[in-house]
Order: sequence, then C-alpha cells, then structure tokens
Amino acid sequence: MFNDLSRFGKYLGQAARLMVGLPDYETYVAHMRATHPELPVMNETDFFRNRQEARYGAGRSGGCC
Amino acid sequence: MNIVSKHAIWWLLTAVGVFSLGIVALSRGETINALWIVTAAVSIYLVAYRYYSLFIADRVMQLDPTRATPAVRHNDGLDYVPTNKYILFGHHFAAIAGAGPLVGPVLAAQMGYLPGTLWIIVGVVLAGAVQDFMVLFVSTRRDGRSLGDLIKSELGFVPGIIALFGTFMIMVIILAVLALIVVKALAESPWGTFTVAATIPIAMFMGVYNRFIRPGRVGEISIVGFVLLIAAIIVGGQVAESATWAPLFTFNGKQLTWMLIIYGFVASVLPVWLLLAPRDYLSTFLKIGTIVGLALCMVYVAPNLRMPAVTQFVDGTGPAWSGSLFPFIFITIACGAVSGFHALISSGTTPKLLDNEKNARMIGYGGMLMESFVAIMAIVAASVIDPGVYFAMNSPPAVIGKTVEGAAQVISQWGFVITPEVLVQTARDVGENSILSRAGGAPTLAVGMAQIFSQVFGGQTMMAFWYHFAILFEALFILTACDAGTRAGRFMLQDLLGTFVPSFKQTNSWPANLTATGLCVAAWGYILYQGVVDPLGGINSLWPLFGISNQMLAGVALMLCTVVLFKMKRQKYAWVTIVPACWLLVCTLTAGWEKVFHANPKIGFLALADKFQAALDRGEILAPAKSVEQMQQIVFNNHLDAVLATFFIFVVVSMLFYTIIACLKAMRDQKVTTSEMPYQAMPTAKA
Repeated sequence: MFNDLSRFGKYLGQAARLMVGLPDYETYVAHMRATHPELPVMNETDFFRNRQEARYGAGRSGGCC
Repeated sequence: MNIVSKHAIWWLLTAVGVFSLGIVALSRGETINALWIVTAAVSIYLVAYRYYSLFIADRVMQLDPTRATPAVRHNDGLDYVPTNKYILFGHHFAAIAGAGPLVGPVLAAQMGYLPGTLWIIVGVVLAGAVQDFMVLFVSTRRDGRSLGDLIKSELGFVPGIIALFGTFMIMVIILAVLALIVVKALAESPWGTFTVAATIPIAMFMGVYNRFIRPGRVGEISIVGFVLLIAAIIVGGQVAESATWAPLFTFNGKQLTWMLIIYGFVASVLPVWLLLAPRDYLSTFLKIGTIVGLALCMVYVAPNLRMPAVTQFVDGTGPAWSGSLFPFIFITIACGAVSGFHALISSGTTPKLLDNEKNARMIGYGGMLMESFVAIMAIVAASVIDPGVYFAMNSPPAVIGKTVEGAAQVISQWGFVITPEVLVQTARDVGENSILSRAGGAPTLAVGMAQIFSQVFGGQTMMAFWYHFAILFEALFILTACDAGTRAGRFMLQDLLGTFVPSFKQTNSWPANLTATGLCVAAWGYILYQGVVDPLGGINSLWPLFGISNQMLAGVALMLCTVVLFKMKRQKYAWVTIVPACWLLVCTLTAGWEKVFHANPKIGFLALADKFQAALDRGEILAPAKSVEQMQQIVFNNHLDAVLATFFIFVVVSMLFYTIIACLKAMRDQKVTTSEMPYQAMPTAKA
C-alpha cells in the first residue's frame, strides 16, 4: 500500500510539474540514454531552463480560457 | 455479462440526471438546492462520456490504438513525450481552464440560472467536448500541427491566412476583456490593488530563486510563494484600513488601465524566468487548488439558489448586458459550453504528449466536461448570492445611479427587493467601500465564492479575506494570460508582418521585438481603454465581441473537423460536427448582426454611435462623456467595434464557403483524401 501511495505521490508531482510545462527529467534522461547514447544529455538545471524558454516562446497561445 | 446488467447502472444514472434536471427546470417560485444542478450536470456528463464519446471514438473517428502517435514517433524527451493519460489530463485541463468559464456564467445569471445551466450542459455534450476531442484527434493524426496549419492543409492557403488573422484579432479581444475584468475588480479597491501588486515582487523573488538559488525546484518555491500571497491578502486588509496607505493603492479605472498597459509591455519583454514563469506556477496551482476546493465546499455547504430560475431579463433588457436570450446567452457563455480557444490548445502541446490515440477520448472529451463543471460552479456561485446584490454589482451607474439608496430603489422596482443597508453591509463584509456597478463577473463571483468558503472556514469574519482571495485568484491568472498572450501575440504578429517585411521575423532583434510588442499592447490596450470609458460599462460591448469571436473560432474548428470527416469518407457521421457548427454559426451570425445593426443603442454599435453623433450635432453632451472630444471618441469607438464585428462575420462566412467547397470536392473524389501522416505501427515493446 505504501508503494502505491508513493507511486501516487510521484504521479501527482509529475502532473503538477507538467501543468506548468515541465516534463519529467528522468524520462528525458532515460530516453536519451536508450535512443541517443552518442548525444550529450542536458543536466537538470539546463533542462529546466530549456523547458521554461520553450513554454513561453514562439508558437504558444495564451491559453487563457 | 449480459447486456441488461451492463447498461443498468447507466440507465439508473440517466434517470438520476433527468430527474435532477426536471427539478432544476420545473421549479418556479420556490428555492431549490444547488446540488440539484450539480447532480444533473455530473450524471449527464458521465452518461454522455460513456456513450456519446465512445460512439465518436469508435464509429466516427475510429481511433486506432495500434497507430503510433506523434509523441511516440518523435519522442525526444522534451516536446514530444508519451505521457501517462492522467498526468496529461491535468496538463490539458490546466491549459484550457481560465477566466472564461468563470466569468461568462456569472454574466449569464442575469437571465436566471436555468438558461445558462441548460446551455452549459447541452452545449458541452454536443459541441464543446466534441470540438476539443476531434481537434485533438485531427492534430494527433497530423504530427501535432497547429489549428492554423491544419486549416491551411485541409481547406487551403487563403482560408488558412484568414483564420490566422481571425485568431490574432480574437486574442487581442480576449486580452482586452480579461484586462477589463481586472480593472473593474480593482478600481477604487486598495485591498485588491495591493494584493495584486504584491504578486509582482513575490513572483520575481520566486523567479530569482528558481534561476540562481535552487533551479528547477518549482514545488518548494511555489509553496513559499503561496504563503507570501496569503500574507499579502492579510496585509492588504491593513493597508485598506490605513489612512496613509490606502490612498496610495486607490486608483480609478483609467489609471489602472494605463498601469496594466505599461505592465503588459514591460512584463512581456522581460526574460520569462523572472516574472512570467514563476507567476504562471503560482496562478496554475492556485487555480487548480481553488477549483477543487470550491467543488468540495459547494458539495459540503449545499447552498440554496436565491436567483430565480428565469428572470424578466430574458427579453433582452438586462442591466449587465443587453440582448435577448437567443442569441446572446449562447455567446455570453462561451467557455464552459463550447470555446474555440480550446481548439488552439488541442492542437498545441497536448497532441505532442498523447501516448495513445485511444486516450484522446478521456483527455479531449473528458477534459472539456471538467471545464464545463467549472462553469456550473460559477453559475451556482452567482446564483447563491442575493439577487439584489447581484444586480447592484452588475448594473452600470447609468441605470442604477451612484448611491446605494438610488440603486436599492431601482433594483427593488425590478422585483428583487433590497435595502440600502444590505448593500452597505455586503460591501463592509467583503472589505470594500462600495459594491455598486462592478460588472465583469470577477467581483460577483468573488462574493459568491466568499459566501461558500466562509461557511466552511471562518464564518462571517472571514468573508473579506475570502473575497480578496477570490479576486486575487482571478486577477493572478488573468495577468498571466495577459502577459503570455501579449508574448504569443507578438510572435504571431512578427510572423504575419514577416511575410511583408522579412526583418520582422527575427525574434532576437530588439527593434523588431519592441515594435511588435508595442503594436500588440497598443491593440488590446486601446480596446481596454474604450471599454473603461464606455457609457454602458464596457462589458456590454466587449464581452459579446469576445463571445462572438470565440464561438466563431469554435465554428471554424468544427467546420475543419467536418471537412476531415468528408475527406475520410465518413460523411454519414458528419452530423456530429455539422449540427453544433450550424448552431454556432446561427448564433454568432445573428449576434454579430444584431451587435452591428440593432436599432436599440444598448445593443447595436451603430445605433449607439448615431445616438452620440446626433447629440453632438445638436451640441449636447451625453453622460458619461464630459466634453466634445469624449463624445467624438465614443462615436469612433463604436464604429470601430462595428468594424470588428463585421470582420468576424466575414471570417466565419468565408470559412463556411471554403468548407462547403472542400466537402463537395471530397465527395466527388472516389478515395480517401485526408493529409494524415501515413500509418506507422505502435512499437510493441517499450524502449
């Protein structure tokens, strides 16, 4: 049950972060390792900054209603 | 399992829904409990989700779980990530929910709770959720491309450009009307102004923390930010009572307008990490938290509805906004029933995160049902307050005067008996000097929310806190929308102008950036300003313009889906989109026409312009204008509004023309002619 709870908590955290446009960092790292092992992987800070810029950059509508 | 027991629970739920709706619809003269509305809405949503969205998924669109989605094909861990459906549901809902579903129903409550409630429930099931779901599907099958691109590829280049211009104008109107709501809520309110102003340094502190101190720790700093916000509300109460501080935060509408315009300009050229991003975190979490909290409190409190089911204002003589039930209720409640803006979200980030086509049903259709529930809560919140208070807050001074005595007299004559003492006491309860003529939805909603919240936490003494909490909650995400919208509008404009002047396209060039931002702010700022000085209160002219344009965009999105169905050779199911599209076209074209040409100056822009022009010719000055220049300004503004409404009519009629042509062409073709990405199977083993 505690396993379920901690998984639920993890999901909740991921959901909250994605609501503000921040995808999961671990998923990104796992993906890069699995499919592009030759490419450099951003560290967590760069990843965060990259996603922040992307969310408010060109091509995003206001999304206000 | 046999067919009877499989469907029995749904039959039961249908019966509950119909019975509750019957109670809501047929009660006259006696007060009913808000939970009847909530029960009716939720049961109907569940049944519609179980059957109608399944029908659309399996028969109409034939979702294919074996087909790889853009998130799977282009997975990069950044923009394209296959995402758990519940997590994506949260993302999608946070993106579509905003001020729209809160304000529209509050304004619509002047006709009573029944017309609005029925339109919200029927509209979402047959139009709004269908649109969100189908656009999500169409975009997912086309690499997650945007609505403008989809229209270009399915209907042609010219309709694509027309739609792009239309979308830009809609954005300008939305920003103006949202900013107007903030102005109306904060005018002459030092408490509200202080708390909203305090969000700027709070957000900047969060931004610096996230940039330099502990990057990426959004959760912890958002909690700190939330605590600071609550502190700002408490301090705001002290500020409002202080003789030295209160005047420093007391502004009239025009001053606030200028502040918002300057703020909008500065905020949208600052780096995003400093102000926009952290305030977005605060406003998103506050928004979701407050919506969940309001739902729980509403069920716990189970308030009675004090607004009549139907008021005499269905004839079009309402004080908050003018125009008869048809077509105006259908454009006043836009988001919550159907909103074209969602087509932009459904063709934005969501399709790039969808892990499997079959989940589009829960996210597209289900997400919109959730938004509709927010609209239901808003109409309930507006209907639990004393109708006399409601009309005092939503009528312009030209109708009820500027004193509580005069207002109470006028409103009591309408049949909503209220005393001046109640109006004064209500203002005192919520910590304001006056509650008269605060149209715009936010303050009314805040009074309703304060009544509900204070019955759970804190009682009467906490009313003022909850009122300003609700105002802050709305102002915060409206400001975020203004900021993000100005930025998005700037990129759109740079793109559009770039087709004529190529140097505009360079988004890292400061002159190009500042010019495009300036143009964008000037566009919504001008419309906002005219709304603030409008003789009928601004909301009366701007909200219908917003509603018309937003519903027209929904019509355009549904027409796009119709074309796609024809091209897929599924035209026998095309009624699923044709019926709501036709209804939206009928409503918006009628409303657009009436807003331009109606003989009543309270409804028609040209009639109002003529009225002021005629007075000018006679050498008279009509209130609220104080000079000849202001009179001329009002004449010009109303001509401008008429041009805008005509422009939207042109957009939608031309889209209809191109849709019919595309459908006829698709019917003549023997084979399927959609421009979907070719089928690619879902990888069987997950990487």
